[in-house]
Amino acid sequence: MSTDANSLDDLKSAATDAAEVPKESQTTYVPFYKRVLAQKQGKIGLTITVVVVVLALCGPLLLPWATGNTATQFVTKPFSPYGLFGSDNLGRDVLSRFLAGGVTLIVYGVLATVLGIVVGAIIGMLAAYVGGTFDAVIMRLNDVILAIPQLVFALLAITVLGPQGWVLVTVIGLTHAPRIARVARSATLGVITEDYIKAAEMYAMPRWKVLMRELLPNITGPLSVEAGLRLTYSIGYIASLSFLGLGLQPPAADWGLMINENRIALSIQPWGVLLPVIAIALLTIGTNLLADSFARATASTSVEA
Amino acid sequence: MSPKTETVRHDAANEPNEKIVLRVSDLRVLTNADDEILHGVDFALSRGEILGLVGESGSGKTTAGLACMGHFREGLKFGSGSVSIWPRGEATHVEVGDLDEVALRDLRGSRIAYIPQDPALSLNPAMRVGEQIREVLDIHDFGSSERERTDRVAEVLVDVGLPGDKAYQKRWPHQLSGGQQQRIGIAMAFAMYPDVLILDEPTTGLDVSTQSVVLDTIRQMTVANNVAGLYITHDLAVIKDISDRVAVMLRGDLVEEGPVSSVLDDPQHEYTKMLMAAVPDLAGRKTIGDGAAEAKEPSEDDEKTHILVSTGERGGSGDTVGSGSGGDAPDGATASAGERDGGAASANAPLLEVADVALAYGKAQILNGINMVLEPGECTMLLGESGSGKTTLSQCVAGLNDDYSGSVRLRGTELARSTRKRTNEQRVGIQYVFQSPFSSLNPRRSIGQSLSVPLEMSGEGTAASRKAAVEEALDSVRLGRSFYHRRPGDLSGGERQRAAIARALVNAPSVMVCDEITSALDVSVQASIVALLRTLREERQLALLFVTHNIALSRHIADNLAVLNKGKIVDYGPTASVLENPSHEYTRALISDVPKF
Amino acid sequence: MFGKVIGKRLLFSAFILIAVSLLVFGATLLLPGDAARAILGQQATPERIAALNEQLGLDQPAWQRYFTWLGGLFVGDFGTSSATGGSVGALLGDRVGASFILMGLAAIISVPLGIGLGVFQALHRGKRRDQAMTGLSLVLAAMPEFVIGIGLIAIFATSVFQILPAVTLAPPGEPVWNRPEQLILPTLTLILVVTPYIVRMMRATMIEVLDSGFVEMARLKGVPEKRVIMRHAVPHALGPVAQVVAIQLAWLAGGVVVVEFLFRYPGLGQALIDAVTYRDVQVVQAISMLVAAVYVVVNLAADVVGILTNPKLRSAA
Repeated sequence: MSTDANSLDDLKSAATDAAEVPKESQTTYVPFYKRVLAQKQGKIGLTITVVVVVLALCGPLLLPWATGNTATQFVTKPFSPYGLFGSDNLGRDVLSRFLAGGVTLIVYGVLATVLGIVVGAIIGMLAAYVGGTFDAVIMRLNDVILAIPQLVFALLAITVLGPQGWVLVTVIGLTHAPRIARVARSATLGVITEDYIKAAEMYAMPRWKVLMRELLPNITGPLSVEAGLRLTYSIGYIASLSFLGLGLQPPAADWGLMINENRIALSIQPWGVLLPVIAIALLTIGTNLLADSFARATASTSVEA
Repeated sequence: MSPKTETVRHDAANEPNEKIVLRVSDLRVLTNADDEILHGVDFALSRGEILGLVGESGSGKTTAGLACMGHFREGLKFGSGSVSIWPRGEATHVEVGDLDEVALRDLRGSRIAYIPQDPALSLNPAMRVGEQIREVLDIHDFGSSERERTDRVAEVLVDVGLPGDKAYQKRWPHQLSGGQQQRIGIAMAFAMYPDVLILDEPTTGLDVSTQSVVLDTIRQMTVANNVAGLYITHDLAVIKDISDRVAVMLRGDLVEEGPVSSVLDDPQHEYTKMLMAAVPDLAGRKTIGDGAAEAKEPSEDDEKTHILVSTGERGGSGDTVGSGSGGDAPDGATASAGERDGGAASANAPLLEVADVALAYGKAQILNGINMVLEPGECTMLLGESGSGKTTLSQCVAGLNDDYSGSVRLRGTELARSTRKRTNEQRVGIQYVFQSPFSSLNPRRSIGQSLSVPLEMSGEGTAASRKAAVEEALDSVRLGRSFYHRRPGDLSGGERQRAAIARALVNAPSVMVCDEITSALDVSVQASIVALLRTLREERQLALLFVTHNIALSRHIADNLAVLNKGKIVDYGPTASVLENPSHEYTRALISDVPKF
Repeated sequence: MFGKVIGKRLLFSAFILIAVSLLVFGATLLLPGDAARAILGQQATPERIAALNEQLGLDQPAWQRYFTWLGGLFVGDFGTSSATGGSVGALLGDRVGASFILMGLAAIISVPLGIGLGVFQALHRGKRRDQAMTGLSLVLAAMPEFVIGIGLIAIFATSVFQILPAVTLAPPGEPVWNRPEQLILPTLTLILVVTPYIVRMMRATMIEVLDSGFVEMARLKGVPEKRVIMRHAVPHALGPVAQVVAIQLAWLAGGVVVVEFLFRYPGLGQALIDAVTYRDVQVVQAISMLVAAVYVVVNLAADVVGILTNPKLRSAA
């Protein structure tokens, strides 16, 4: 079997095929991203997410003042010469700390989500595909992890291992996994009874190929919805942990930590709290709207039969 | 068959009369986007008479039936026209479209009742069956006392042939069989002595023998209660069996209406003629779908109906040279196919031999000592009702089910149980076509990609040669190579099934196992698929194992007929002799239960 | 029959709790080699370290420590807090009640509210009010609880109005319900976080049920709309929704941590954060087990609802 050569040929022929066939005349199939953007939620969600992400990623480049600088003045009034949004109780400029404080949150959130999706999807698909005892054992183990809320689990891990970044990412990613595995498993179970899977088996297609070529493309819908949802939750958990003082440690600039540090002064200098709160709210709303539009886009293909 | 003469009339107040009870005129139904679904439908129902409303999927027959009750499914709305009902004992008629919610509710379930398609889905699973019948009586204030209602529930249960006792009434829907559930539905509909009955494919999904019992019940109850029935179905044979008049629908239009005998025996409209030509008959008097091997199914956007005429077009279609000769009596084909075998097969062993195949899951014996032989170019029909084990057997042959004992031999060589363990050559030799065309093709891959899989897996040729082979196969199932880049979602059911057949053909197999491949399709599409299979047998010397529940197809396709009942072959032999001299009681019952056409 | 199903579920719950205890205990094995020093810091005296080692039982093999700990859980002995030196049971005693008040209030309000709103949306699906509510629930469901909490504080306690306390005012020892106004914002935060999930699930399930054959059949029988919904549709939606409600209530046990911290509410969550900060392993373990027990109990309740609303499950098995 020269599967490698075959799949290479496949790729080539697929490439040429795509080029010579005018899509719209041949098919009613609408690509996923178009279906997502066709919806209000999709458009709004994408816009909000992109704006916040760009702000967070480019923020450090726009820094007007150093993040750690310690002035002595606590300026509660916005639009003062000390900064657009005043300074915090240590005299640090709120705007510059805000601009610098979003990167870690987003990076950690994305990493945790990716980890959860990869591990969860593999476990879920395998459990459904292999079935039998393997499935039963995996799902029981899943149930055990589900019995502890993710945040409590993260706190347990932090107690033992300390509040390092990798601990946050790993524990949130791994506790996502069983939840994603459930979705992946039930989506796979829905697809696995389809005759085209049986047909692939009948033609003795290698099992990994059945999984990758026949199964995976047909569960990307539910998986993408999960990815959006889990990204929302990851950001929420990581922000919550830094808010609890268990994420990045002072004097680092971080949205969650900023909220924790400034909330005592909420009544006299609200901007130190409100800026990061609004940013986190917008980011999670954006990703959640995207997740919802993924779900709608997925539903509209599955009706095609 | 007809119990009309000696049935008891429950409702003494109601003399039989020919008065019209329900009249639909110029009914138009729109989608919420204002596309017209029904384009002005007219019909009328009279007491004690059943009007059959026939049409294929998408014809709007159910929409029309529900509109009679003032009900429109999600996304549909009333356009224009009128639905009038003349309820018993009232002088004036009621205009359904003008009623308010409350008046409409009073009408539904009491004056006009509905019997749904799928009883398993239409009975509330969390309500005892007696209670569900009782609910109708309570809502419509039946009788004057609790007692009267309780008695009526028991009475109507007995009427439909179920035990009326308390214990039975306390059962949950899931504790009843499909036929019993449907009879609960019928009892519910008749509980209030309605004037009009809308029956929406009430026997689809039931086995032939159950169907025949349910049809008897419906007929008897309609006459006994002097009700006007609207029987919606796609099955012309059932229509012939149960209704007095028939109306034929096509894409939202009523194209022909009249007494059953005249419409079915002498159809006037081209579409009705086409339908009639496509319906398989047990006697095998005609050749269904002849000249229809091309993928000419009635397509949505076509203004004119494509007519699949039964005669006269044989020479007309240029590229189906072989199809003409296949159109003769199937018995003749047996002989000629048999002769050719002698030349084609060099070994003495039969092409496919199934010996002592048995399979049991725990105590359930699914298959019990099956023996069968298939020669090149021959078609054997494996006939069985649901639960007979026919799909299990065909999957054992194809190597999709490896739990069996006994042996499956191809040209004398015993095959491994699982396809994965069979040799390439053996895998290529036996191909399997799945029942549902909606499930057998990966929706994410193009037809070309899906059809290349068998070649790719058997490691043959280059990408270019594989593409050529796939295109050739698409041509031979009359789809054409333009389908190579399409996705299953863009194809109709019939087109998908052709693509699935093409996938089985790309490897040039010697045996093709067809598992209920026409049961998900409309009758006209079924006819064209059957014709296609006949052509392929001619062209390719292909041996077919045709698995089905539909005995009426037997003479149209099969040389041999094997009847499977509860995992055993109870009758096996040349089609004609099995049908004419069935040796087993079960076969005789099957033949007698099938609606005569 | 019914008892058998419940018995099975009980057994499974016991399995979950045992497995969680293994997991929670196993986590402590990940503590750095010199746990006592890690906990007490570099300046700790050798005597204190030795004392803590003994207190944690680190001189015994792991399995022995596990069984001692597990045995303790059964008799209500949750061990000794390494940060305060006091008994974990005494430390958590009052706090358990305070937390359950918060969670109970939130559950009692949000479950019926969520189910009601979900049914309302399903009945008006596609209309403007449905779309508006869907949008609102998407927004609320997205935000972490502390973001919602701070929003509420800014609106009701500091920036806009000053009508409710921003933090818990009760001095230590005073029962929280003595000042009901201090319960309003924390409870409201939890309700706003939990309800949207229940609404969404209820709406989706109701729509599915409303489209089912037996609901159409009930309408075609002439059943009045109110009865169609209450008698035919809602009971079928409750089973699946009970599962989501269970998950949400169990989740409350986690969300309450952040809310308590935000409002300085003297409950389990506050204790948990303190314990994590001081790496007080015994307390963290005890609270984790409590939370898992809550999860198991609400899931059992959901199973019972599921079985009661589905005669197929009731009579089978």
